[in-house]
Amino acid sequence: MRRLPVLLRLLCWSLLLAVGAAVTTVLPQPAVAAVDAFAFETDEQQRRFRQMSDDFRCPMCQNTSLTGSSGGVAEDLRREIYLMIMDGKTDYEIEQFMLERYGDFIFYRPRLTLETVLLWFGPLLFLVLGGWIIFGIIRRAQPLAQEQVALNDEEQQRLKALLDNVKRD
Amino acid sequence: MVPELGQFALILSFCLCVLLGTLPLVGAGTGNQLWISLARPLTAGVFVFLSLCLLILGYSFVTDDFSVQFVAQHSNSLLPIQYKITAVWGGHEGSFLFWTWMLALWMLAVSLFSKAMPDDFVARVLGIMGLIGAGYTLFMIATSNPFDRVLPLSPADGADLNSALQDIGFIIHPPSLYMGYVGFSVVFAFAIAALLSGRLDSAWARWSRPWANAAWAILTIGIALGSWWAYYELGWGGWWAWDPVENPPMINWLLGTALIHSLAVTEKRGVFKSWTVLLAIMAFASSLLGTFITRSGLLTSVHAFASDPTRGVYILGFLGLVIGGSLLLFALRAPLMKSEFGFASVSREVFLLANNIILVVASAAILLGTLYPMVYQAVSGGELISVGPPYFNTIFVPLMSLLVIFLVMGAISRWKKTSAAYLKQQLRYVAIASVVLGLILPLALTLEFHVGASIATALGLWIVLGIVQDIRLKIANKPSLLAGLRSLAVAYVGMQIAHFGFAVILLGAALTSIYSIEKSVLLNPGEGVDLGNYHFQFDGTEHLSGPNYEAERATFQVLRDGEFVRELHPEKRVYVASMSPSTEMAIDAGFTRDLFITLGEERESGAWSMSIYIKPLVRWVWLGSIIMALGAIVAVLDKRYRRLRVKTLAQEASAPQTSPDGSGGQTVTG
Amino acid sequence: MSRLKLFIPVFVFMVMAVMLWRGLYLDPRTLPSVLIDKPLPEFELPRVEDEALISKADLPDEPFLLNVWGSYCLPCLQENPILMAAKEAGVVPIVGVNYKDKLNLARLWMDDNGSPFDFSIMDADGRLGINLGVYGAPETFIVDGNGVIRYKHIGVIDYKTWDEEIMPALAAVKAEATL
Repeated sequence: MRRLPVLLRLLCWSLLLAVGAAVTTVLPQPAVAAVDAFAFETDEQQRRFRQMSDDFRCPMCQNTSLTGSSGGVAEDLRREIYLMIMDGKTDYEIEQFMLERYGDFIFYRPRLTLETVLLWFGPLLFLVLGGWIIFGIIRRAQPLAQEQVALNDEEQQRLKALLDNVKRD
Repeated sequence: MVPELGQFALILSFCLCVLLGTLPLVGAGTGNQLWISLARPLTAGVFVFLSLCLLILGYSFVTDDFSVQFVAQHSNSLLPIQYKITAVWGGHEGSFLFWTWMLALWMLAVSLFSKAMPDDFVARVLGIMGLIGAGYTLFMIATSNPFDRVLPLSPADGADLNSALQDIGFIIHPPSLYMGYVGFSVVFAFAIAALLSGRLDSAWARWSRPWANAAWAILTIGIALGSWWAYYELGWGGWWAWDPVENPPMINWLLGTALIHSLAVTEKRGVFKSWTVLLAIMAFASSLLGTFITRSGLLTSVHAFASDPTRGVYILGFLGLVIGGSLLLFALRAPLMKSEFGFASVSREVFLLANNIILVVASAAILLGTLYPMVYQAVSGGELISVGPPYFNTIFVPLMSLLVIFLVMGAISRWKKTSAAYLKQQLRYVAIASVVLGLILPLALTLEFHVGASIATALGLWIVLGIVQDIRLKIANKPSLLAGLRSLAVAYVGMQIAHFGFAVILLGAALTSIYSIEKSVLLNPGEGVDLGNYHFQFDGTEHLSGPNYEAERATFQVLRDGEFVRELHPEKRVYVASMSPSTEMAIDAGFTRDLFITLGEERESGAWSMSIYIKPLVRWVWLGSIIMALGAIVAVLDKRYRRLRVKTLAQEASAPQTSPDGSGGQTVTG
Repeated sequence: MSRLKLFIPVFVFMVMAVMLWRGLYLDPRTLPSVLIDKPLPEFELPRVEDEALISKADLPDEPFLLNVWGSYCLPCLQENPILMAAKEAGVVPIVGVNYKDKLNLARLWMDDNGSPFDFSIMDADGRLGINLGVYGAPETFIVDGNGVIRYKHIGVIDYKTWDEEIMPALAAVKAEATL
């Protein structure tokens, strides 16, 4: 049992090395994503396409974006997005297209409406609340801190007196 | 016959958990030494019988016992042996058994490594974990029995394990994730035991810290492995999806981070006691919430098990009882926990508190985003909205940035009181260097200015340079660098390693999100395409026959700035049995970047569609996680946590009970 | 901290638990249609039966069912008898949308199983489906006499669904038409 600390250390190191090796090695693995071969004229178009494909939800999947879904309506929707981009439509127009047919469900970035105000501003509210709590705690800690200082002074005196006694002896 | 033994062992485990959850707890309350002493043996019993359950289920898989319903649903006689074993956690019933076994494993660990703590306290801790175990085993017996049989007409063969799970990621991710997840029940039990006993001093915090750190480190690895697995499984470069099943472990991790830091403050300064206890309860609540969301069908997720409202109701009831009860206990007993000391408005305590709050705010925000669609649906009478990565990233990134700023200030600050002038003096150059390098480095490496990249680089350097500065300060008076480094406390070294790991993750995550590039093209054999500094030359495909599939194997020559790097061989397969196509991507993993190619389809013209990705620094996300976990484990191994054992050794050695020939009395164990 | 503030966590948790409990009985998967009370989209597509081009004008002037189906779709096969029975009884005209299918396979399917449709619109590339907010067969719309979508059912139609959902919704649409 006394050797346990060493064993524990050995175990931890080997575990971590194993995980490290696993994380950096490469094994051929099956991928799920679909590949479209859309030809874009500019990099900006490609970037917009990828962005929108990531930000729209696949209507028939178990919580995946259009990018991560192969086949079915996701494929068709990506094609539509491609065609609209090449047609010169703006991001807003493409979003409207999706909204009219599939509703808010298809947006991974929820629109800011009256119903989603709590969602978008909730975290800020939490942060403000948190800040208020911190100030409250700090304020309450102040008298204690000063008390300590005072005590320490008093204790310093006593210590000094004791030390003086010791020196004399 | 054998599965019935498993059934029996499960019921026995339940009974032992009930005993463990009652007698030692009552005994600790009344001072009944006999009942208190039952805690450790009962824990051993629970562990033995749950291990038996797991072994029996594994045995059923390995021997292809398809009369067991769970085996029939998740295995197949042709399944390779390693996947037959890991199929134990390939579905709800088995994975829940595995989850419960993890609890038993942690319970055993507590009973073995707790000699430094008073017996009545340990009895309470084990008792509480026993109560939790009773809830879990009852759940299995009532709703999710892995040993249910399909008799008399057992299937001749099984339905097979989902092909996505026949993979090494499945072998290592669930065990490590569950181990970390369940590990937080230990520090939860410590907290409840403290509330029950009224004993909440810094000794309690010192005992809790190794357990909290260990659970946190393992959870870090578990989450990182899940991310790594998703990355190469999905094939489009994503490594975190903010999915409703991924979010609870992240919340658990964030609360766990807050907890380990809060415990540090409570141990060293005797403050934040009630806050620490509350965090311990919340961290455990998030792990229960995770299992609830995954298994109840509440939210749509790629990870969710087949849903069943009955199971959901049970888990929710358990959640309500355990957490509601704990929070009630907290409300009643918290006033007993008085802070011993105060602190100034600029001090280490304040920065740690600020970051604690930020972590809790981040957790609350993620929870809000995860549950909002459900609430919206209920309130609006059926309308659905989605909350996905764009929302979570928008909220999470600024919060984490704020955290990073305070992190360095907190690490350099002194306890109780630090003058703002001191902070300014020590960190002035670190701040300037971080900002300047943040502006210069990305610009120099990519020849383009990007605000996000500069901010991320500056923040990452803020942490790293802050670490360097702090170490410099600490070893300023030492004779040599080496002597200085060796004089650093183990726990301190662990902390800096962990913070360094965090910086690595931050840089990797931010820069890979900003600088990843991809291209989808249609190529004929002999054609090539340029992306970034690389050239990918498509040499064509050849037909390949695998054990249960037919494939087209492509060959690509990868060149960088004209020089040959390597060949890549993505494949397009058709599995004979299911006739379903699948694409095997080829990855070139590297410390500075990943390259990968995913094949699409062959056109009539003989051209192939394909996607090529370059992802800089993506591996830093997982390497940083490993470093961070390593830091936490190093901190746990600090001798401080074993000091008492040594003290006990010393005491026993000097005890007047040696026999005439000098041989000692008892040998000290543990 | 005042004593009362300490009870805030319990309270917040209880509220959350109630929300979660309610949530268990919601179905997060069925996407309700945003096209209710909106006109059918315009289209110009061939019919499966004879490949003649048709458009919105060729649709029935009275309330009818628009059923999205495919030869690959198993639930469509399951609901076929019910739709056939409806056709026999002359309850309501049914127009099909053959979604992302092959012409010969669709015709074969109709020959093998019988066609409950007055005719089927061929939506080979799924464009009409997208404009209808379709995400998989089978889906069934109730369209009124003015070409406005009034109701959508997602998934297979069994006898229960027919009696308890489709017929009442159809009756409501017909009642409005006579006002």
